[in-house]
Amino acid sequence: MAKQDLITLESDDRIGAAADRLSMDRREFLQFCAAMATTLGLPQGADAAVAEAVANKERPSVIWLHFQECTGCTESMLRAEHPTLEKLILDVISLDYHETLFAAAGHQVEEARLAAMKRHKGKYLLVVEGAIPTRDGGVYCKIGGKTAIELLKECAADAAAVIAIGSCASWGGMPSTIPSIPGATESPTGSSGVAQVLGKPVVTIPGCPPNPYNFLSTVVHFLTFGKLPAVDEKGRPKFAYSRLIHENCERRAHFDAGRFAMEFGDDGHRKGYCLYKLGCKGPETYANCSVIMFGDAGAGTWPVACGHPCIGCTEEGVGFAKPIHAMAKMKNIEPSVFLPRIVEEKGIGATLGSAAVLAAVAGAAAGAGAMVAKNLGLSHQAAELERAKQEGKQADETTGA
Amino acid sequence: MKQPSHPHTEPEAGSQGRRNFLKRLLAGGAAAAAAVAPEVVCARDTLQRPPEALGLLYDATLCVGCQACVAACKQANANPAEFTAVDKLWDTPLDTSGHTFNLIKMYRNGTMENKDAEQNGFAFMKTSCMHCADPSCVSACPVSAMTKNPLTGIVGYDPDICIGCRYCVAACPFGIPKYQYDSPTGQIGKCELCRHRHKDGHYSACAEVCPTGATLFGRSEDLLAEAKRRLALKPGEWTTMPRGRLPAKGETPEQAAQWKGPLNQDYQAQAGAYLQHVYGEKEYGGTQVLKLSAVNFQKVGMPDLPPKSSAATSETIQHTLYGGLIMPVAVLAGLTWVARRNVVAEAGEEQDKQGEA
Amino acid sequence: MSAHHPAVPVGGKLLNTATAVCGVLIMAMLAVLLVRFIFGLGAVTNLNDGYPWGIWVIFDVIIGSAFACGGFSVAMLVYIFNRGEYHPLVRPALLASLFGYTLAGVGVIFDLGRWWNFWHIFWPGYANPNSVMFEVAVCISAYITVMWIEFSPVFLEKWGLTVQKKKLEKVLFFFIALGTLLPMMHQSSLGTMLVVMGPQVNPLWQTPVVPLLYLLSAITVGYGIVLFESCVASAAYRREIEMHLLQPMAKIMLGVLGLFLAVRLGDLVVRGALGHAFAASLEAFFFWLELFCFVLPYLLIGSAAARRNPARLFLAGIALMCGAMLMRVNGFLIGYDTGLGVDHGWHYFPSIAEMLVTIGMFSVEVLAYIIITRRFPVLPREEAAAAH
Repeated sequence: MAKQDLITLESDDRIGAAADRLSMDRREFLQFCAAMATTLGLPQGADAAVAEAVANKERPSVIWLHFQECTGCTESMLRAEHPTLEKLILDVISLDYHETLFAAAGHQVEEARLAAMKRHKGKYLLVVEGAIPTRDGGVYCKIGGKTAIELLKECAADAAAVIAIGSCASWGGMPSTIPSIPGATESPTGSSGVAQVLGKPVVTIPGCPPNPYNFLSTVVHFLTFGKLPAVDEKGRPKFAYSRLIHENCERRAHFDAGRFAMEFGDDGHRKGYCLYKLGCKGPETYANCSVIMFGDAGAGTWPVACGHPCIGCTEEGVGFAKPIHAMAKMKNIEPSVFLPRIVEEKGIGATLGSAAVLAAVAGAAAGAGAMVAKNLGLSHQAAELERAKQEGKQADETTGA
Repeated sequence: MKQPSHPHTEPEAGSQGRRNFLKRLLAGGAAAAAAVAPEVVCARDTLQRPPEALGLLYDATLCVGCQACVAACKQANANPAEFTAVDKLWDTPLDTSGHTFNLIKMYRNGTMENKDAEQNGFAFMKTSCMHCADPSCVSACPVSAMTKNPLTGIVGYDPDICIGCRYCVAACPFGIPKYQYDSPTGQIGKCELCRHRHKDGHYSACAEVCPTGATLFGRSEDLLAEAKRRLALKPGEWTTMPRGRLPAKGETPEQAAQWKGPLNQDYQAQAGAYLQHVYGEKEYGGTQVLKLSAVNFQKVGMPDLPPKSSAATSETIQHTLYGGLIMPVAVLAGLTWVARRNVVAEAGEEQDKQGEA
Repeated sequence: MSAHHPAVPVGGKLLNTATAVCGVLIMAMLAVLLVRFIFGLGAVTNLNDGYPWGIWVIFDVIIGSAFACGGFSVAMLVYIFNRGEYHPLVRPALLASLFGYTLAGVGVIFDLGRWWNFWHIFWPGYANPNSVMFEVAVCISAYITVMWIEFSPVFLEKWGLTVQKKKLEKVLFFFIALGTLLPMMHQSSLGTMLVVMGPQVNPLWQTPVVPLLYLLSAITVGYGIVLFESCVASAAYRREIEMHLLQPMAKIMLGVLGLFLAVRLGDLVVRGALGHAFAASLEAFFFWLELFCFVLPYLLIGSAAARRNPARLFLAGIALMCGAMLMRVNGFLIGYDTGLGVDHGWHYFPSIAEMLVTIGMFSVEVLAYIIITRRFPVLPREEAAAAH
């Protein structure tokens, strides 16, 4: 069924089975697959491949580690709605270890983790949520007697791919901020991102919390194509993080027209004007919140829509680092095609018609002038001749006399 | 031109030769008077900014090219959109016009990779009235429709006085006053610093809306000090940039209350790689609108102007020749005296002729 | 000295090919002007903010008034320098000036964007004495009035109002003096109008002595115009040319021209602006063309023998007219660049409609000249030998 169109898959039994498994009807399931393919920015026809992969491929085993975090990423995932994500993470993927969601505890859980790692060696996905404390040998976060650093290195060793979910795992996030204590130069626990600890690049899904679809799309991409999606220099999937929030912001027109909320609750704020002057970090934050909204709260809600400036949570150096009221640095100062050049060609130069008329007038004037001059010249010649004759006569007369 | 009181003035007795000599002297003097070298008696110095002059500071390195100021200006001055693209969807003027008083233009070079770079870069430049200390348009206007407010220094325009001769358009070295050629009752259009909004506490709309403080409103003296402060910074150095309105030095709360809007919109930004030149500090005797740029001012469309204004040169010539009408009246007296003698003689001759006929 | 031939009407039909053509061209002009006054300047002209002044101002007003300096130049010669022998040239020259100036005044109205406010120029509350334009406008208006007064004896003669004519003649000297002063003032100021444009005008034409240059060129072209008109009038009406007057006047003209050229070139050298003349630019080309036109009269009528040839006098007159015209076009259009020699992308070339108005104005002038000379005593009476 590889080359089939999505619509022809509707009657496929396997699709029906997969839809049932996810508590969706067939059409809903196919819509979900199409949306996923679109989020990923995949070409036409890929939706069928996605549907096929979700329906048929073996669910990838996922091991989900929690370190220095608030579990917000997980909470956000659980509250996703299209379809209900708890179905999805249980049925699309095989979640073999997740401290928050597991009913079991203690040694049982640790055994499950080790068993899954053994069973899916080299094939499982490692998802890391939360920053890793590195100060003092990483003693600030221990699970089952192991430090976060040890756990991460142990799990990452045999993983097919590592995904850092949330800003904390991506670069250290909120725990890595330097306290406003005089002389402080680093965070109290030395919180770091996954890539820093492992010493190699990983896929990051930053956000606080990140959009569950960005995570899920990454997983589905892995499922469909057997590899992770293209990422930027910070490990962020390009399908989700290649554009500034500002570029697709619903309030962008107000920015362009110079309509700004100056204070919370002022007239401009009530009218839904641009929040840039309240410190919105949209112009320096790469994320797709303005396209697929933040989280999956529904009804077109995301911070900017609610009237709060973006805090730049997906952007290292912006989120948690810059004060919320501080001005964003415009990152998309790109030459607009609408802006006039310093010198633009303006006015109307000579046209064939106008030049011809001018030439005709000048020609007529020159012609008339030449004619008058010629006549004057001729009469002058005649007069001179006459005079010469008379002078000659006089001369003759004088000589004759 | 004191010829009439010349000691040799003895009309009845003068010989023909001497009379002729005198007449020629007079007429020659008249011609010379009309062309006297300009740098004499009535020389007029280039005017300077009034102490309370209002103006703008445009910092091209802070400008993000969003054109919010262009839109706000249109709204504040009730100007229609101007279309130059085929779709006629967006206001896309190519230059300031009778309907566009403020425009952000863009310098483009090569690959346009870097902002504020002369090579392979791009840069923005605001185009609007500079509010010269000694404006050519005010000097040129024959009917005082273009005036400079002695207090605020704002160069204002009154369409009810204007005769539409467009001498101001021709005179302005910045090409700012523009005429509305598309109307039978066309007016001159130019920035007047939103003076019509001042009474409601609103300052220039462009500065009011500017998201980055690239356009800043305030007293020219304060703006000049601010510009010089920025020039003293190292490129890239973090500094506090004001936005909207720059409070006057030593401003009292009562004075501040004159203007609407949040007083303090300061924010942290990096200093640009400025050229060490505040454009408008000295050009033509100074302008009330000042500009900072990282790209050569001539390349972004700002003319290279001498510190002496053309208005001063022009008015010096005019007042030397016509100051108090002294010279014209003196020349007229001389001419009348000469003409009287010649015309009377001729009328006599003509009468003689008629008599003969 | 046969200085005072009494002037008489030429007579003849008013309707002929020339007047009919003029009539048609005037109708075309009126049609264009109707559109202009209903829809605005942009509807018929190519004027723009880079070139706010087009041929309506440069040709109809600035050049038109310079070409109308014949009356002033000759009157100055006759009444101020007491060269009575040139008196027969006064009336025809004055007539041409009268129309040139009156039409320049009317032509300004076409170009004024807010013409209904024109009276503000004369209203003390609005006047701006700092403005060169103000001085020019007031002077030209006054001069037009003075010229009508100077010329009114012609009408008084025609209508037989001898008493009034005598009364007027008693005070005419004052108007003649005024009529000499006013053109000096505004012809020089027409040049001064360039000064406030500052560095936007090419240094070849932007100079503090520009008033003197414009005045001298106006006087010179005044004589050039008289040469031209006398030749054309004699050709059109088949009259004898007043060679005995034109020859010495041409010599005077060459003298003033020499003074002009000395100032013109001396100024360029002193200011160090001559280098611009050697740039590979349109401005430099037109500078040389202008200079060539000013030098040409020396080549044409430099010798006394050459001055006897009316064709050469005629061509010298035309050369001077071209020179004066180019000098003004160069200063105000070709050498003018909004934004100081930086190319600001502005283009201007007169539209056909604009040219129709200028041609129409010229036609009005020709038509009026024909009507007045045929019906009123303007041209000197022909000697019996040359009678038609």
